[in-house]
Amino acid sequence: MPEPPEQTPSTLKAPLLFISVLLIASCGLIYELVAGTLSSYLLGDSVMQFSTVIGVYLSAMGLGSYLSKFLQRGLARRFVDLELAVALVGGFSAPILFQAFAHTHAFRVVLYGVVAVVGTLVGLEIPILMRILKDQVRFKDLIAGVLTLDYMGALFASILFPLLFMPKLGLVRTSLLFGLLNAAVGLWSTRLLQSQLGPTRMIRLRCLAVMAILALGLAFAGKFTLALEEEVFADEIVYAKDSPYQRIVLTRGRGSFQLFLNGNLQFSSADEYRYHEALVHPAFAVKPDAKRVLICGGGDGLAVREVLKHPSVQEIVLVDLDPAMTDMARFQPMVRQLNGASLEDPRVKVVNADAMVWLQETSGPPFDLALVDFPDPNTYALGKLYTSRFYRLLQRRLTDDAMIAVQSTSPLMARQSFWCIAATMEAAGLKVKPYHLAVPSFGVWGFALASKRDFAIPTQVLPGLRHLSDEATAAMFAFPKDMDRVPTEVNRLDNQVLVHLYTREWRRWS
Amino acid sequence: MKRRDFLAAGALSAASLACRRKPEFPFQGELVGPDLALGHWLRGGAFPDPERFEPISVLVVGGGVAGLSAGWRLAGGGVDDFRVLELEVEPGGTSRSGRNHVGAFPWAAHYLPVPDRGNHAVLHLLDECGMLEGFDAKGEPVFAEEATVRAPEERIWAYGQWWEGLYLRAGASTEDERQYHAFFREVDHWAAFRDAKGRPAFSIPRSRCSDAPEATALDGLSFAAWLDQRGLTSPRLRWLLDYACRDDYGARLETTSAWAGLFYFAARKQGPGEDSRPLLTWPEGNGFLVNHLRRALGERLRCGVMATAIREEKDGILVTAWDHLNQRRVGWKAKHVIFAGPQHVARHVIEGFAAARPASTRIRNAPWMVANLTLRGRPKEPTFPLAWDNVLRDSEALGYVVATHQSLKDHGPTVLTWYRPFSGTDCDGERARLRALDWPACARLVMEDLRPAHPDLEGLVARLDVMRWGHAMVRPEPGLLWNPDVLALARPFGNIHFAHTELSGLALFEEAQDHGLRAAEEALAASGRRGQSWR
Repeated sequence: MPEPPEQTPSTLKAPLLFISVLLIASCGLIYELVAGTLSSYLLGDSVMQFSTVIGVYLSAMGLGSYLSKFLQRGLARRFVDLELAVALVGGFSAPILFQAFAHTHAFRVVLYGVVAVVGTLVGLEIPILMRILKDQVRFKDLIAGVLTLDYMGALFASILFPLLFMPKLGLVRTSLLFGLLNAAVGLWSTRLLQSQLGPTRMIRLRCLAVMAILALGLAFAGKFTLALEEEVFADEIVYAKDSPYQRIVLTRGRGSFQLFLNGNLQFSSADEYRYHEALVHPAFAVKPDAKRVLICGGGDGLAVREVLKHPSVQEIVLVDLDPAMTDMARFQPMVRQLNGASLEDPRVKVVNADAMVWLQETSGPPFDLALVDFPDPNTYALGKLYTSRFYRLLQRRLTDDAMIAVQSTSPLMARQSFWCIAATMEAAGLKVKPYHLAVPSFGVWGFALASKRDFAIPTQVLPGLRHLSDEATAAMFAFPKDMDRVPTEVNRLDNQVLVHLYTREWRRWS
Repeated sequence: MKRRDFLAAGALSAASLACRRKPEFPFQGELVGPDLALGHWLRGGAFPDPERFEPISVLVVGGGVAGLSAGWRLAGGGVDDFRVLELEVEPGGTSRSGRNHVGAFPWAAHYLPVPDRGNHAVLHLLDECGMLEGFDAKGEPVFAEEATVRAPEERIWAYGQWWEGLYLRAGASTEDERQYHAFFREVDHWAAFRDAKGRPAFSIPRSRCSDAPEATALDGLSFAAWLDQRGLTSPRLRWLLDYACRDDYGARLETTSAWAGLFYFAARKQGPGEDSRPLLTWPEGNGFLVNHLRRALGERLRCGVMATAIREEKDGILVTAWDHLNQRRVGWKAKHVIFAGPQHVARHVIEGFAAARPASTRIRNAPWMVANLTLRGRPKEPTFPLAWDNVLRDSEALGYVVATHQSLKDHGPTVLTWYRPFSGTDCDGERARLRALDWPACARLVMEDLRPAHPDLEGLVARLDVMRWGHAMVRPEPGLLWNPDVLALARPFGNIHFAHTELSGLALFEEAQDHGLRAAEEALAASGRRGQSWR
């Protein structure tokens, strides 16, 4: 088969080809940034991830440059094919990596594999383009022009990626969009290099087909994306699930593991005992003979673990909205080990329901003790669980001397929110004694101990706990000046003031 | 069968096969009451008398809120010898509600502004329902938290996203803001107004309003003209006020009197400069109150019975009725009749009424369409979250309320109640338009209206049921509300007393209740049982 003539300098459009250098350089850098960012998100430790991704990518580019010498003839056609290959692999790199994370156990293999393939292909691009141009442009101009634009393209990409593409499009759409750009460069090259290509109809059709595939990918980009993309975790993700109610993520690092709901830390295995001992045992200290215990929220089973330390307990009803959460507490090995398989205890009954709707719509024998352990009130749907109506509904299900303990956010970081919860419980007719302790992964954390009747601050807790002693228990009820009571409104269903207070106060810390 | 017929039949069946394509919507539903055919049957006239007329003290014709309230008052006044007749199988009129596997939902009216301490009748009713918890230090009533609308109360769809509140602050100019405040200063002026007798210009129910000329003069011009006079031209402000007119009156700025327009805002103010009164609502809307009244009446409420003729004779009022459920003619001979239906029905049913009361033709009713969408799950909400009342700015409809909002259910199945008044100037034309809509046309109207805000809605709808209200609410057109002849329509016609929101010109629960109590107290007084008024 006769080859088309290698060059006809008068008909090549060199300045326009320089523009493709700018574009393909931008694309190349974007794929590298996408891979680096994505692996930092999913695996944590961004320094390590970026270093290794850049290293693999650059060495693969070196490999590509080396391999370019084995391509001898039909360089123009090779160049177009190369663009299409980069377009497909680079363009789909983010969707491929997200899916690999979600569905395989070999994420790292796929990650470095994709990075190496894209790097190699990108490494081929510039040498081939330079060889196409070599007879048309003087060597010193060629080197100067190509490398200048190569580096300039990198600059554009590196500035626009964090400022524009990541925030506006996210990783998946950005990578697909630049894939589309690569394919467009391929299509455009069929015009610029027409004199070297011979018949271009089939080549153009191929370009259009690749562009159509990428456009389709863009149209359905939402399907490839994990909601994880919105969050940044410091550590490696070991478990992730999008339930209809929330996004559950477990991460592992630095000798402990952490649970996040919708990106908000719920516990760290390093210090959760402090939190759960403080939630559970002061209430038992006042009501040591509690038999029937209600837990609202707390699907991780950690509060149940503490409750089961009390021999008087005969029945625990745990009402948590999300079956995905209570299933994880039962079956995820790390969590199950941490909660001591507490949800399997025959005394525990798990109900998956919205606790407030459950309180409103069901009835049954009264409880002696209630532990209220909801996520912080950052949405209206959570805010309702901190209203005077909620505490009234709760009281209907309690004995007259029952004790209640409510997790009530940080009295230091969200001082008004903390006291708003206490004021709301009082408005619902409860006697309330707030307390607090330090939980290093959260900061200073607060609770409210309450009962329908007046009660004395507990001075004796269950012996043998890791954090709480008799002295430490009594000390929790003293509030230093910067956390002391402030006047607040009552959080009612019809005003939901707590959601506004809470979001305003926590905004200062994030 | 002739050959030509055979060919025609073949062509028809081929055509019907061709038409049997995929249904337009992946869900089902139906058009539900009110019974248009039964109601319009009245127009045919000529109903023979029943075999006997059962003697009774008071007969209430109409089981909407006015009629139920009249019955409630009669029972409270010690009268047991009465019946309330309702033509539909369900009582409550435009405060009706429904229920399915998801829960209860309204079919029309769905809230009550918190009554002030002077609104004795509504306070009494809410107390009976267990919704009044007591009074605060200032003597103002305190209501059950579960009945006050849960936050977030309302949101508006504009510029491709949801925003908190009903007034669109996003993108408002300083001039828009200035006019917004200028309008509410006018409202404050009227909220502070007291006449020589100490009566406010605007209060609920309107029987407590001043009839001083400086206030009633507002009824002479349209709300639009009143706004024009004050240079209040801000499109956002006028959108808000027009929405209020459509929502409460089924009318537009141009077809609402300025008195009624200001009533909407000033009567709900707790005081000048203060916020509007909060709203009370229930999953089934005002059906909650209807169901209470219905329980209070028990067997004395008779549904599916339509009064066809009312004729006053020397020794009593003969009422002929058609018992639709049992398919038989029934009759009563009553000492008093409380006619708690609309005026256009009174003209057909009460002998001599049409000739004696020509002003009854002045009243015009706006038609409404209400759709209940039962959803399997919630639409995606990336911007401001689902509120109780959800309004689309660029729509002829009023948006939707969420039945599960008040029952605290934030996840899973729900029912959205979508409202659309047919608020064109020509009520009869609008009514004909509404009547011509079959179920697919109604479903199309609803889905196309909601699609911009909820592109994923179609896949979530399990059912879409539609109620077409031909005479949903009286329109407070300029010159109607303080017209002496129209006001005189509330006076008794012999021993027939009248109760209906039309007599207020304002289609509100409180107005229906007020007229029901007044009519009942008229009948009680005439039979020598004058006691302490509940109003």
